[in-house]
Amino acid sequence: MIHQYKNNGYNIVMDIASGSVHVVDDVVYDAIAMYEDHTKEEIMAALTPVYGAEEIEEALNEIQELIDQEMLFTEDEYQQYVTDFKKRKTVVKALCLHVAHDCNLACKYCFAEEGEYHGRRALMSLEVGKKALDFLIENSGNRVNLEVDFFGGEPLMNWDVVKELVAYGRSREAECNKKFRFTITTNGVLLNDEIMDFCNREMANVVLSLDGRPEVNDRMRPFRNGKGSYEVIVPKFQKFAKSRQGQYYVRGTFTHNNLDFASDVLHFADLGFDQISIEPVVSAPSEPYAIREEDLPQILAEYDRLAVEYIKRKKEGRGFNFFHFMIDLSQGPCVAKRLAGCGSGTEYLAVTPWGDFYPCHQFVGEEEFLLGNVYDGITNTEVRDEFKLCNVYAKDKCRNCFARFYCSGGCAANSYHFHGTITDAYDIGCEMQKKRIECAIMIKAALADQD
Amino acid sequence: MKKIKTLTANTLKNTMKKGGCGECQTSCQSACKTSCTVGNQSCENANR
Ligand code: SF4
Ligand code: SF4
Ligand code: SF4
Repeated sequence: MIHQYKNNGYNIVMDIASGSVHVVDDVVYDAIAMYEDHTKEEIMAALTPVYGAEEIEEALNEIQELIDQEMLFTEDEYQQYVTDFKKRKTVVKALCLHVAHDCNLACKYCFAEEGEYHGRRALMSLEVGKKALDFLIENSGNRVNLEVDFFGGEPLMNWDVVKELVAYGRSREAECNKKFRFTITTNGVLLNDEIMDFCNREMANVVLSLDGRPEVNDRMRPFRNGKGSYEVIVPKFQKFAKSRQGQYYVRGTFTHNNLDFASDVLHFADLGFDQISIEPVVSAPSEPYAIREEDLPQILAEYDRLAVEYIKRKKEGRGFNFFHFMIDLSQGPCVAKRLAGCGSGTEYLAVTPWGDFYPCHQFVGEEEFLLGNVYDGITNTEVRDEFKLCNVYAKDKCRNCFARFYCSGGCAANSYHFHGTITDAYDIGCEMQKKRIECAIMIKAALADQD
Repeated sequence: MKKIKTLTANTLKNTMKKGGCGECQTSCQSACKTSCTVGNQSCENANR
């Protein structure tokens, strides 16, 4: 299978099964489009009036060369590979610790419902946290690198426990031959020098939540008294970011209210941030800020606009990284990883303040997905196995999607919330995902063009 | 080749042999907490 598209003056051809990507001229582009269901004679006949016979001859030769090298029209042989998916032994390698189901902001789209996750307000005790880390160590098999994200609500509302859990994790690394990679996601309200110093010593990454331009941020991210949070938070984030040597992300959410979100990304860049992520909101379609199908044309155009500016700034030496435009074409993940996806429910679990396990942070509070707890381990193996079977080829929509090895089958939580099953795909999300991949590859082509 | 510039050659198939070690990061853990994106991750397997 191939996927071809034109973007920003580049003709791009992706060979999906091999992972090859080519930039081609117009002749090759048109010939490839006809290649699979036309004979050479037919292609010659159709294109000669446009390009001349010699050009087409040459194009066809080059196409053949790529086919011979297994870089074009390659067969997908991976379907075989996943028949063993259920048998594969999975180990747990990442936890999302909900150390505080409480928050000092009242963001309108918060899937945690101001930190409460359809439940009560609560802070994780040190004891529950330690049990969770013990569980991770014991259930991670031979894996050395273990990831723990401190999440909320707002994790800084339970800062002492965070610090003690980091110390506890470190104290067990040597005896267990494990390495913890701690990260934290914060809204910044409580950030101070002590916290920043600690994070700079101990946290491999920090994710700083902010939505963009002041009016955009303050509309969706107010304090509980309704006041905006931008002014309080931005200076702290700027200071923090500067001290992190690139190991951070400023992360925002765009909604129906700011479909011109490229301006928010660029606003971050203008504030001096160079590690940026802004994602579409995921919400019930009934919410006034929900992204609707009719918003798509504008959103897709916005990604294009951002991509062009992104290239321009990179070439001028004032570039930044946008999470969804980053793609590792040569040393990216192996096929196994690309097929398996996010690992929610198997490799990755979320832990509530009172120690319950859920497949991931987006399932917390959905009772039918309760998997077990830190004391008894995984008891609901039925749901766990459902997640284990979740892979690109288990999803009808993904099986023939050109994006499957980049997107790895999308988000199980989105699929569940829109279609009531984890093996479907959230269609609006797919359109955006595919656009981001096209932009990311075009950017590679444009930057390669430079040298 | 004059008409085709290859940005990246076939690499995926080769990864079937030595891949799957699982040492890399989980994909939802960092800057994207609401979507699955593996394309931009890097492999941490030195033997691949
Ligand atoms: S570290 Fe590399 S080889 Fe190992 S699972 Fe991840 S992508 Fe695959
Ligand atoms: S874009 Fe959608 S259909 Fe394509 S692989 Fe991702 S989730 Fe599946
Ligand atoms: S199900 Fe969705 S939100 Fe949960 S870990 Fe996977 S990609 Fe992330």
